[in-house]
Amino acid sequence: MRCIAAIRIITTMPESRPEKIQRLLTEALTPTHLVIEDQSHLHAGHAGARESGGGHFAIEIKSPAFEGKTALQRHRMVYDALAEMMPREIHALSIRS
Amino acid sequence: MDATLKQRIEDQIKSARVFLYMKGTPTFPQCGFSGQVAHILNSYGIEFGSCNVLEDMSIRQGIKEFANWPTIPQLYVDGEFVGGCDIVTEMHQSGELKPLLEGENAA
Repeated sequence: MRCIAAIRIITTMPESRPEKIQRLLTEALTPTHLVIEDQSHLHAGHAGARESGGGHFAIEIKSPAFEGKTALQRHRMVYDALAEMMPREIHALSIRS
Repeated sequence: MDATLKQRIEDQIKSARVFLYMKGTPTFPQCGFSGQVAHILNSYGIEFGSCNVLEDMSIRQGIKEFANWPTIPQLYVDGEFVGGCDIVTEMHQSGELKPLLEGENAA
């Protein structure tokens, strides 16, 4: 994902959704491990995806900010960081932390 | 949020010890995440209440605000928000879900 971000700066392409997710999570949580997988193709056309137009993403994230936090709290921190993208750009999010 | 709507949601989650907000019904889920949680709950052979948010737009939006949680499904046990699909699946795999559903942790 870091390579993609670098290419974007050089070519000034519009920020893709995974890039935006990466930027927002990096700013908010300074993760030590971050993998973002766009799974939108798996769900294209199902009821919810059609209505909101948002994508499905799976995120693997490790952050020092998660220390001592429950899974519920960690998920809330990720959702808070990505709030501006939901639900228009992100329809569903699977989080492994 | 609207007081009447909040009351409706509170009444719903109190109507059963285990209550699930989902897209579709436990028999005919209309979203993979909702279906997965319903499937996990069914695997414990417990009775649970459910609400199909696709049939009620005010609940569909209201429940997100109520729980401060942006997605559906949402599982409640004893009136407390437990989590969405990832958390329920994790708790199922780690063995934490069984005592919670069976009330062994109840004070």
